[in-house]
This record gives sequence, C-alpha cells and structure tokens, in this order.
Amino acid sequence: MTTHADAMHHTSTGLDNRKIGFWVFIGSECLLFGSLISTYLVYQGKSVVGPTTQILNIPLTSVSTFVLLMSSLAMVLALAAVTRGDKVWGRVWIAATAVLGMIFLGFQAYEFNHFVHLGLTLRTNLFGSTFFVLTGTHGAHVLVGVIWLWTLFVRSLQGKLGPDKAMNVELCGLYWHFVDVVWIVIFTVVYLLR
Amino acid sequence: MNEQHAHDEQSHPGVGTYLIVAAVLTIITLVEVGVFYVPAFEPVLAPILLVLSAGKFLLVVAFYMHLKTDHRLFSVIFTVPLLIAIAVAVALLFLFGVFALPSGA
Repeated sequence: MTTHADAMHHTSTGLDNRKIGFWVFIGSECLLFGSLISTYLVYQGKSVVGPTTQILNIPLTSVSTFVLLMSSLAMVLALAAVTRGDKVWGRVWIAATAVLGMIFLGFQAYEFNHFVHLGLTLRTNLFGSTFFVLTGTHGAHVLVGVIWLWTLFVRSLQGKLGPDKAMNVELCGLYWHFVDVVWIVIFTVVYLLR
Repeated sequence: MNEQHAHDEQSHPGVGTYLIVAAVLTIITLVEVGVFYVPAFEPVLAPILLVLSAGKFLLVVAFYMHLKTDHRLFSVIFTVPLLIAIAVAVALLFLFGVFALPSGA
C-alpha cells in the first residue's frame, strides 16, 4: 500500500502538485461557467416566444440554494474530522454532504420537469436553451461531486481514509465549494436579476 | 509534504469559524430574497444583489476553500482566470448591446 508520505514528494514550490493542478482546473472551470453565464445574459429578453423568466420559482430555488450552502458547511466539517482522525464524524459529514447534494439535484429535477410541463424545453426559445444548458451543466457538476463524495464514503468504510489521506478530501472539498460558488452566481444572475 | 498538509490544516479556520460563515451565508441569502420582494428596492436591486452575491462568493472562497490562509499561489491561480472570465463577460455584454456606452463615447 502506498502511504501518504510515499505518494508525496518534495516539489520546487513546496506545495502539493495535486492541489496546484486542481486549482488550475478550477480556474479553467471559471472560464467555462463565465462563458455560459455570459451567453445567458447576452440572450436574455431576446426571445419572448413561450415561457421565460416569469416561471422561475424563487421560494423553491431559495430553499435549494440554502441546501447547497449547508452542504458546503458539511464538507468543511468532513475535512476537519478526517484531518483530526475522527473516522465516524468524517464519514457522517461526507455522507451528509452527498445527501444534501442529492437533495439539491432533486430540486433541480423537479424544476426541470415542471418547466417542461409548462412548455419550456431546450428548443422553445433562447431562454430555454441558455437556461437549461447553464443550470444543466451546473447540475452535472453537482452529480459528479455526489459520486466523488460517495466514493470517499466507501473508502472511509474500507478504512482507507485516515488523516494521511486528508488531501483527497480537501481536493473533493475544493471541487464542491467551487460548485457552490458557481450556484451563488447563477442564483443571483438568473433567478433574482431578471 | 505530510508536514505541509499538517501546516495547512493548522492554518485552516476552526469549526467555530465555519459555523459563523454558514450563518452569515444564510443571512445574506435571506436578505437577497427579501430585497427581491420589496418594491422599494427595485431601482437599486441589481447593485445590491451583485454586492451581496460577491460577498457570499468571497466568504466561501476565503474560508471554505481556505484561500485566506493557504499559499498565495493558489489565490493567483484562481483569481487570474476569474478576472479573465469577468472581462470576457463584460466585453460580450457591451458587444451584444446589453450594456451601452454613452453616446459620443
């Protein structure tokens, strides 16, 4: 079995290369979501055939936003627990983060289904196209995060997620928090500023 | 590098800070939704919501993603593409006429 000390090695920066690489990935994700949000804004109000922003449900989305914010809290608590070697609470908070992520996805699935029943699809108008692509891409990121979290949970059950593997949880946390901050922007730009 | 991670963890905020940040994030979200429903805020809705959203963004990035206490290189790696993304967004909004320069400019 490769230990953490074996896997880590001295680098010219003195920093973990995986963490540097992951921040570079997050930087590239900024550009991806920046372009999707820009596209949504550029086409906002340009196509008014069919349902548009008036069908957005602010109370429902506020709750799902709260759920995602609380999942970020659970994620940092998971990292803190794993780092101090608390296996039980590490497991609990990782599972809590994953469950909250799944609840968020449930809200999104309900919203998408509701919009389709109201006649808004990807093809209905520019609002439908940009809205579904933007929020759908974000939802896909949440799904990837949920799968990653359950993977960590299984590794924890196998006894392979001790303090020496805290970096694995930290990288998952960075991804999860980034997904959260992207939603913070989407909630404001798409749902509240219309 | 084990020591590096141990050092990072020592500099990470504690559970108390994480709870305070979560409470502030919740309050800001409630304020955002509240402001949205108050007609008196309509003329200044956009700037208020953008400032509140930026505040939430900064809190998560600084405390939950640990950029406040981690090595500055991580902040640089994140901030440069973020600024490029914002610049591209603003440029596109001008190009497509969502924002308009004053006449004669």
